[in-house]
Amino acid sequence: MLSIKNLHASVEGTPILRGINLEVKAGEVHAIMGPNGSGKSTLASVLAGREEYEVTEGEVTFQNKDLLELAPEDRAREGVFLAFQYPVEIPGVSSTNFLRTAVNQVREYRGLEALDAVKFLSLMKEKMKLVEIDQKLLSRALNEGFSGGEKKRNEIFQMAMLEPTLSILDETDSGLDIDALRIVSNGVNQLKSDKNATIVVTHYQRLLDYIVPDYVHVLYKGRIVKSGTKELALELEEKGYDWIKEEVDSATV
Amino acid sequence: MSTLTTQDTLSPLLETAPSNFATARSAAKAIFLQEGLPAVKAEEYKYTQIARKLEKEISSFQQAQPADITSELIQKSIFEGFEGHLIVLNNGKWDATLSSLPEEISISELEDSSIPVGTIAKPEKDPFVALNQSSFASGLAISVPKKTQIEQPILILSVNQTNGGQVVQPRIWIEAGDFAEVTFIDQAVQPLDGALFSNQVVEIKGGHNSKVHYYKIQNEGKESIEVSNIETDIQKDAQFTAVTISLSGDMVRNNLNLNLLGSNSEGNMYGLYLLNGKTHVDNHTNVDHTIPHAESNELYKGILADSSRGVFNGKIFVRQDAQKTNAFQQNNNILLSEDATVNTKPQLEIWADDVKCSHGCTTGQLDEEALFYLQARGIDKLQAKGLLLYAFAGEVLDHIEDENFKNYCTGLVQQRLGSKF
Repeated sequence: MLSIKNLHASVEGTPILRGINLEVKAGEVHAIMGPNGSGKSTLASVLAGREEYEVTEGEVTFQNKDLLELAPEDRAREGVFLAFQYPVEIPGVSSTNFLRTAVNQVREYRGLEALDAVKFLSLMKEKMKLVEIDQKLLSRALNEGFSGGEKKRNEIFQMAMLEPTLSILDETDSGLDIDALRIVSNGVNQLKSDKNATIVVTHYQRLLDYIVPDYVHVLYKGRIVKSGTKELALELEEKGYDWIKEEVDSATV
Repeated sequence: MSTLTTQDTLSPLLETAPSNFATARSAAKAIFLQEGLPAVKAEEYKYTQIARKLEKEISSFQQAQPADITSELIQKSIFEGFEGHLIVLNNGKWDATLSSLPEEISISELEDSSIPVGTIAKPEKDPFVALNQSSFASGLAISVPKKTQIEQPILILSVNQTNGGQVVQPRIWIEAGDFAEVTFIDQAVQPLDGALFSNQVVEIKGGHNSKVHYYKIQNEGKESIEVSNIETDIQKDAQFTAVTISLSGDMVRNNLNLNLLGSNSEGNMYGLYLLNGKTHVDNHTNVDHTIPHAESNELYKGILADSSRGVFNGKIFVRQDAQKTNAFQQNNNILLSEDATVNTKPQLEIWADDVKCSHGCTTGQLDEEALFYLQARGIDKLQAKGLLLYAFAGEVLDHIEDENFKNYCTGLVQQRLGSKF
């Protein structure tokens, strides 16, 4: 589904990603872990199409299309979803209107009929249950005054509404208490199927107790330096990242 | 250097001015002859070189005479969805047959010299007030008796149809009695293309406990030059709210002055300027807190494209006696082009020591992070921009209480944000 080959990216001339290779197939969950500053969030942003990042080398294909050629909105319409680490507060834009615009633009792109108000609301009701999000929250402006946990739940709710093929969760666990973590993870797990895939970007292992990955990759200095199964995450939790840093740093000297 | 002399400006206008209000007129004339049009370096007009603009665009300072206008033209000029009462000004002159007002309101030509013209908007404050007061051709007095609530808004429709580069000088005196409630919508239409100069003065006297809303929409001709002076005295327990929406014009200067004269009075000023091309809009506001326990709220927002220019100058004056004043002011701008300019200046003079005053101004670009967020959800970039800009502007439109007028303005704003920007 997703194939990343030798991806290099920099921001304002500073290289951050230095040759990422990753294959993701339908039905899989991949965790990207790594110490602060290793390039995890950059990878998520580059895949979603954030403009500040310049891809200097390499290629990314998503369902046989050159992902890097597409505008951010077209990536979303093709089925890529980024759950933001810091969801943006947008005063004056109602959550419901925003979502309806988004859902219908995505549907239009996919050749589906636009949802009328009634159908849209019933879809919303159904998906709201997934993340136990309160209707009151959605009658407010988008993310405005939401708590950290509410923002993250809203991200997963949007994900449920847009039904992506590839979901990228960028540090979705940050700022979540244990209950919110369970609710958010539960939502993600219910959305999993053998037709879609998930990339979980996280610093800590704790999220992976809830969203169990098939593969774990460790990112360091802009490269994937180690890949394994969920046991790798447990090992990292126990030993920290230093042993990997040492391994890599001594090998490159 | 401006070569337009005060005599050039005033003399032809005086020729067609009637002889009523002799004392007020001659006092204003003396002031205007001494002050003249604002000089290049005049502090209050330094970003708005209106004298130079007038010199360039206005061929002669002839007072425009009432034109031939038909009821069809009026019907065509009233915005869609409007429900309310109508006052038609034909090149500044009230047209009684085309107007329709409820019986409770008394309206007349401004002839009765018992009306203290120039006591609220004083000619010494601004040269354009002095110019208008010395030479206005005709005016209008509107009075809403006490305890009268006019539920539907009154549309003051100025039809400005002049021959190349003439001057229109609307002059309106409004009195709202104690406990009266009334809403005005002030709109000018310009059926013919071409430059014209509109120099409007509106004086509003609000009684105790009165509620006056004054909405002004500026979307007339691209070549119109407009100076508007609106000033109001707000008495005890009374409330005045102005909403000014500026969408087009060549050069526009709005002076809005609120005098809070009684305790528990409230003055609100909201403005939105959505500019493109070379349009220049200058909002100068002034709220004078003279007594304790009064409140003022102010929010002006601007979105500027192309090489348009916006000026905001907000004065809050809190006199020594005006303890327990609450005064809030905010001005936010979004620049959509490198050639667009905003000059914003909050000016607070506070002489009392127990007050709550705040002010803030921002000028920036569209929030890129918010834009990306919307795009990342599949929303087209142009539409996402429109959505964000509309959300920004909507905060001002929310202060319009008349639903029909609000819908009209919302439509105009959305149309502008969807197409040009």
